[in-house]
Amino acid sequence: MSELVDITVTVNGVAHARRVEPRLLLSDFLRHELGLTGAHVGCEHGVCGACTILLEGRSARSCLTLAVQADGLDVETVEAQGTVEALGRVQQAMRDHHGLQCGFCTPGMIMAITDMLRHHPLETDAQIRDALSGNICRCTGYEHIVDAVRELAKERGPLP
Amino acid sequence: MKPAPFAYVRAESVPHALEALSEAGDEAKVLAGGQSLMPMINFRLVKPSVLVDINRIPGLDVIEDLGLRLKLGALVRHWITASDARIAEHVPVLHETMKSVAHMTVRNRGTFCGSVSHNDPAAEMPMITLLLDGAVHIASPNGPRTLPAAEFLTGPLTTALEPGELVTAIEIDKLAPGAGWGFEEFSRRHGDFALAAVAAVLERREGRATEVRVAIMGVGDTALRLPQAEAILEGSDMSAAVVDAAVEAIRGSLDPRSDLSASSDYRRHLSGVLAARVLKAAWSRAEELA
Repeated sequence: MSELVDITVTVNGVAHARRVEPRLLLSDFLRHELGLTGAHVGCEHGVCGACTILLEGRSARSCLTLAVQADGLDVETVEAQGTVEALGRVQQAMRDHHGLQCGFCTPGMIMAITDMLRHHPLETDAQIRDALSGNICRCTGYEHIVDAVRELAKERGPLP
Repeated sequence: MKPAPFAYVRAESVPHALEALSEAGDEAKVLAGGQSLMPMINFRLVKPSVLVDINRIPGLDVIEDLGLRLKLGALVRHWITASDARIAEHVPVLHETMKSVAHMTVRNRGTFCGSVSHNDPAAEMPMITLLLDGAVHIASPNGPRTLPAAEFLTGPLTTALEPGELVTAIEIDKLAPGAGWGFEEFSRRHGDFALAAVAAVLERREGRATEVRVAIMGVGDTALRLPQAEAILEGSDMSAAVVDAAVEAIRGSLDPRSDLSASSDYRRHLSGVLAARVLKAAWSRAEELA
């Protein structure tokens, strides 16, 4: 047992202070300590993308990030996107285009899409597919997810 | 799939990191982007006693222009390398290579120096460092030292870094104005580790190729320079016969391993195909710029 560490992580605008083991993954911190089960745990070695969250505004694998690394930093999770009654814009586009079936990959997809809308040109389908390539979906065949991102990118317009 | 326990030190400075590393001996690991280290820690393939996190050390996320070379600090993440205008202008072969490095979310965290220090035989950054006669800057308890890439990259997942040391930056050559370059990679899925990749740079003077450099990865214990092919191409007119001879020399010099993804013969054949494409692309770029 290693020495516990006091950390404060701001998740979706709310500061959470906890005492944690250094080995606690950010994915487990979010799910077990904070009860935010939106970030899903798939492969736990950075391949599947289901646990994708935003760390300081850019997407990161929460399974490859330690909770102690997020001390003092801003984390955004899918819980901040919207509610069942009022879906966020990315969630709505995924729903409109049938971008999900089982939904396991969806929170990670939505956070990755949020990052790419902020930072990537997404002018062509090739760019969209490249940006999505780190998130694995075993249901949709990706076409409908690409459709959703294409619409969101069009709506956003070119990056400044 | 959960890490074994370890102690955690958030280094505030390079001397602080060195102090933490030297206290822990060879059981310590440096955490930068963590995109290779953390999977190994999750699988418990690596069980460090102490993890020294360098992510908050100020000043390491900078790309410095040294005139003929660029120096990339230990926290220059892949997305920065991919989007830096100086790299796009002066090291277009690296700019192009970045398109094959992992996926968006991994590029957000992973670092250039981390990839070279990890030295996966199928990773692009060690090959680029070798191709561009890179030098690795190391902070050491005995004072700073610098190693040429060829001496730093010693074997699969192995480097000349001693326990207690930290890579602080890596410098690489800019390409000469008008230099041609090429990069080709083949992987099962774009962004995944390569079955093989080849990169080359050269200059064209009076119809002859000079300063020819060729490197390959995915087919040996580490990325490799290809001195036999370089010697055949140097001073040549880059005719089809010369390129064929270089490709044959490359195939003859390799002894790739067979694994789940590809046999040794397949990799050797693929290496030649990629090398031929890269050499042709480099020469025609140099022709266009001449």
